Amino acid sequence: MRETPLSNCERQFILQALAERQRLDGRQTYDYRNIKITFGTEYGSCIVELGKTRVLAQVSCELVTPKPSRPTEGIIFFNLELSPMASPAFEPGRQSELLVKLNRLLERCLRNSKCIDTESLCVVAGAKVWQIRVDLHLLNHDGNIIAAASIAAIVALSHFKRPDVSIQGEEVTVYSPEERDPIPLSIHHMPIAVSFAFFQQGTYLLVDPIEHEERVMDGLLVIAMNKHRELCTIQSSGGIMLLKDQVLRCTKIAGVKVAEITELMQKALENDKKVRKEGGKFGFAESIPNKRITTFKLDETPVDTDGVEEQAEEIVSKAEPSTLPVPKPIVRAPGTGQIGEGIQNEWMINDLEEEEEEDEEDIVPEPGAQSLGIDNEKASTHADAEIIQLSDSEEEEILILEPEGMKKKGRKVNSEEAQQISTSNIVLKNKNKKKQKKKRVQQ
Amino acid sequence: MALPAAEAVSQAVLAGDLLTFPSSSGEKVLCGPGLRRQGHGQLSGHALAVCKSGVVRHKEPSVYWVDSQQKRYVPAKGEYVIGIVTAKSGDIFKVDVGGSEQASLSYLAFEGATKRNRPNVQVGDLVFAQFVVANKDMEPELVCIDSCGRSNGMGVIGPDGLLFKVSLSIARKLLSPNCDVMKNLGELYPFEIVIGMNGRIWVKARTIKHTLLVANVLESFGNMTTEQRKQVFKKLSDNVP
Repeated sequence: MRETPLSNCERQFILQALAERQRLDGRQTYDYRNIKITFGTEYGSCIVELGKTRVLAQVSCELVTPKPSRPTEGIIFFNLELSPMASPAFEPGRQSELLVKLNRLLERCLRNSKCIDTESLCVVAGAKVWQIRVDLHLLNHDGNIIAAASIAAIVALSHFKRPDVSIQGEEVTVYSPEERDPIPLSIHHMPIAVSFAFFQQGTYLLVDPIEHEERVMDGLLVIAMNKHRELCTIQSSGGIMLLKDQVLRCTKIAGVKVAEITELMQKALENDKKVRKEGGKFGFAESIPNKRITTFKLDETPVDTDGVEEQAEEIVSKAEPSTLPVPKPIVRAPGTGQIGEGIQNEWMINDLEEEEEEDEEDIVPEPGAQSLGIDNEKASTHADAEIIQLSDSEEEEILILEPEGMKKKGRKVNSEEAQQISTSNIVLKNKNKKKQKKKRVQQ
Repeated sequence: MALPAAEAVSQAVLAGDLLTFPSSSGEKVLCGPGLRRQGHGQLSGHALAVCKSGVVRHKEPSVYWVDSQQKRYVPAKGEYVIGIVTAKSGDIFKVDVGGSEQASLSYLAFEGATKRNRPNVQVGDLVFAQFVVANKDMEPELVCIDSCGRSNGMGVIGPDGLLFKVSLSIARKLLSPNCDVMKNLGELYPFEIVIGMNGRIWVKARTIKHTLLVANVLESFGNMTTEQRKQVFKKLSDNVP
């Protein structure tokens, strides 16, 4: 799956908050998140939770032939895996840059510092040595993976017990845990990594950044130390320029933090030892709190229902009458509904009436040659009535043509005949027309 | 494991369990989220198969569903979500909504947007949008405009403010009409909030401190009982600056 992108809004907010010296979870600049260490039933398995970041560590051992260059030393092998369940950015099978960086850092921190005594892992020089393998799985990514991973690795190694071995001449006997108690590894010291995130071009630093802070930081400084204030590893990434006194200040802070964390680890290891000795229950199942999904469940409480009816009647009688309900919608046609009746349209009623009259007048006098019969009838009726003046202009004299032949006959004639008749009438009786018209006007 | 549905209400069930109904009742049963129809006459009557683990709920007369906790969002049509713009390609923006596929948002789907007047959206901006296409066979599509052409509160979410993620059930609870958490919190601190059904919440209050407070309170309230909530509110109101 693709990684969730960081929006501009979030980036701006985090940087602004840091400018005001506020962190997203309310911590101070040098505060670590809560560290929780739980052990499994097997020796050498533990889960470390640094806030929401979770790492699972498992230590196992095997007899192998040693490296030819170091025939009397055992082999320690670290492997950190970024599980896809930790973050949508992690995809299985793909070696990302981050993974390589973390693995290398872990190796430098734990192997090169010689915290485990490898000479004690030798069984037969040059032939058989113990190979200790530490597998770390990141279960949830919320920033500062390296710190959680280093704590998990060293705690698991301290917790682990390897099978007892006895050598008689050339014979090597490996005892199972039931035959002889397994023996713990010999650990010289406990290096722990502390990471610092830098902002504002290296002027402001935060200890133990969460994932959001890591996304917007300028650079990262990782310091691995043990409680005796011995530096095991320093790594600076991100390309920020750090001053000497900044680095020295960081080492001092790291020293304090490492001392606290080592104390916590020792306490956890001792608790587990005590529980196992006393025969009590131990393991992951016991240490994970009982989180059930029925958090929304409410127990039924008995309700006193005496006198409820009387109370209800009282309330109803005292209550105000409800408001008038909205009338039900009337369905006039499928797909339409009407609620209530609208008010009469009061816009331009007078204008509408005038328009209607004008329309009628326009229709009536049509001095067109087509279908004269109809026109004739109209004209005749119109002529009988008083002539209405249609336009205000006195220039034009409106001529209403009335073929008299048509009038007498009183029947419809087709248009051609009518045309001919009318034209002939017009030509012959033009004078008459004018006289007639004048008569009419005078009337 | 087959359980009669009437008994299973308010019980926790696992995916794969069956809820049976007596065949005598010919009533129609409404299947809500987390349940599927099953049974071709093998069992008496019809049966519902549980596909999400959770607690069975029932609403009269015939609605059954499973309340489950989930953080991974699956796009559904008509839901309002907060997305992050990841790319601008041609006429559309690619928006990440937390689902398996990125959704597409056309640049014309904003109020007052035309071919010449493009909306002012940059990569990395937050948008509050609604799904118009969201099914398992097609790429989901978003719009910032409703059917009348108005933005109706959707669009780019302004600068400042904090975006954080909660589980889907908390987001749904906060969106319910009578959420007392929101009312009480609003009385203490005035704030602006946008809640997406994909579990993303954007909050902006007067100062950064207030914003962080509101965000932390909302994140933690989802899993508290009413009693614990009341205690926290009392503590907060005592310390209101």
